[in-house]
Amino acid sequence: MTDVDAQGGEADTPAEIAPETLFDTLLTRSHEQFVLHPTRESYSGLLATLHSAGYHSVVDLCGVDYLTNDSRQLPVGIEPERFEVVVNLINHRERARLRLRVQVPESDAVVPSAFTLYPGTEAMERETFDMFGISFDGHPDLTRILMPEDWIGHPLRKDYDVGRIPVQFKGAPANR
Amino acid sequence: MTATHELPTNVNQTSEGGQELTSADVVAAGERLRELGAVLRLSENDALVAEREQVPDDETMIINMGPQHPSTHGVLRLMLELQGETVLRCKPIIGYLHTGMERTGEELTYLQGPTNVTRMDYAAPLFTELAFSLTVEKLLDIEVPERAIWIRMLMTEMNRISSHLLFMATNGMDLGAVSMMLYGWREREEALRFLQEVTGLRMNHNYIRPGGVAADLPDGWRDGVLRLLDMLPGRLAEYDTLLNQQPIWRERLQGVGAINAEECLALGVTGPILRSTGYDWDLRRDMPYLAFDEVEFDVVVGSYGDCFDRYAIRLAEIHESMKIVRQCLEKMPKGDYRIQDKKVTPPPRARIDESMEALIHHFKIFTEGFKVPEGEAYVAIESPRGELGCYIVSDGSSNPYRMHVRAPSFVNLQTLPHLMHGSLVADAVAIISSVDPILGEVDR
Repeated sequence: MTDVDAQGGEADTPAEIAPETLFDTLLTRSHEQFVLHPTRESYSGLLATLHSAGYHSVVDLCGVDYLTNDSRQLPVGIEPERFEVVVNLINHRERARLRLRVQVPESDAVVPSAFTLYPGTEAMERETFDMFGISFDGHPDLTRILMPEDWIGHPLRKDYDVGRIPVQFKGAPANR
Repeated sequence: MTATHELPTNVNQTSEGGQELTSADVVAAGERLRELGAVLRLSENDALVAEREQVPDDETMIINMGPQHPSTHGVLRLMLELQGETVLRCKPIIGYLHTGMERTGEELTYLQGPTNVTRMDYAAPLFTELAFSLTVEKLLDIEVPERAIWIRMLMTEMNRISSHLLFMATNGMDLGAVSMMLYGWREREEALRFLQEVTGLRMNHNYIRPGGVAADLPDGWRDGVLRLLDMLPGRLAEYDTLLNQQPIWRERLQGVGAINAEECLALGVTGPILRSTGYDWDLRRDMPYLAFDEVEFDVVVGSYGDCFDRYAIRLAEIHESMKIVRQCLEKMPKGDYRIQDKKVTPPPRARIDESMEALIHHFKIFTEGFKVPEGEAYVAIESPRGELGCYIVSDGSSNPYRMHVRAPSFVNLQTLPHLMHGSLVADAVAIISSVDPILGEVDR
């Protein structure tokens, strides 16, 4: 994709030494795509800044479980955690995209919800909750969306057994 | 999670809560507003009005529409709260077609990946394959040959035509224009015939693969394209006479299910729904991929954001796609249809008989697949339903570590409560149809 330099300005000088930042957040580049690494605490504030900077749409929000992948590269100062919430934003006027990667620890898998600023994240956050068990603080209706509501576990976690679970539908006969 | 799972004896033991629409006085205020269709934050005044709109429970009725309902385009279930014929609240309930395709994608190699993702949007399968392949190519940092790019453009635009023709058919059927259904299916059949000629299959093609396409265009492909291009304009003119100039059709669609651009952006809605509001946005033109910056076409926008605009835009987009197909016909370059990188694409069949090395590469690619460097990438394309994105995290092995598809239908479905608020049940059918969700892609 053609990622135009975002309007923040700081990104225009790639010669800068030491950690590059955009919107006061650590910036890395992944295949010419801009990736920001906010902490959980700065995530909500960053979304508000981005919203007022013209990033009016969250096109995608998903989770990643890095349990068995130790090859990822993060900028200095960002502590790797088991889960990551990945948010893709788009700025239609600048024709720019930005990706946020928020580290979420396993012991306290809670992220502030983006729902009030970006109502379109409603279904995506529910899906991330359903698949990874990451909770979104402030989400109006955090229930399972794809799996049955009585399902146990979160299927996209890397330590979730695939294919060895008895059928869990209501009223199903006991396992033979 | 590794612990053995006991079969639950009591289904209430999880704390996930109910997915259904519950009685209005027990849901939280924010959730109720969402079900009422409030997209943007309401001012205090509006919120008060919405509160006052509350109808006593005994005057309303919560009904289920679907999951088995002919007009929900698959297994979409809607819970509607009705007062008489008017829809007060709506909640789409999905997941009936969830087969864990993102998880399956982690188990398959990059070469096998397209067979999996092609089953997501079954009305426009080539687009998911394209998004997946482009993402893998971005991670591999390879450029596919010119001819492969143009073949991909030709095939996806043909697929867009067939997908929009399918919309014409089902939209007509939902609104009672049954003859339109027959015409739409008839023309789609012709488009599928061309896709079949090239890929061998009518759907789930597995044709666009990382590194290029599966096979070169067959002899006589130009005739197939020209046959379609000659046939379609007349047929589309018939649609125009049959529908656009028909008062009943206009009455059923105009002013029904309106949405504005601001709400669309807030909801992350893309594609014909966003364009119907007059917002001029098409990834093919605004963030070009493949060679869309080298072809001429117009981005069609509406002005009212209603069901009629959404229908009219799709009809007009068929014309635009035909323009692109015609240019592909003229500009189709000669050359290879896939990258000749032995680590990514299998060697030509003839080489296997004579070269030991080719045999080894062939064997390696089909048994363990090719390795993709560590990293992550997101690539988006414009599918008939909106922005179709693919996010892949690679850990350096031959399977994706995480494969996520941003399905446009999944996001677009969130407009339903908003579009339906205050409309009639009969219009609900028209609204679902005009959003054009494909449930395979919604549930994945």
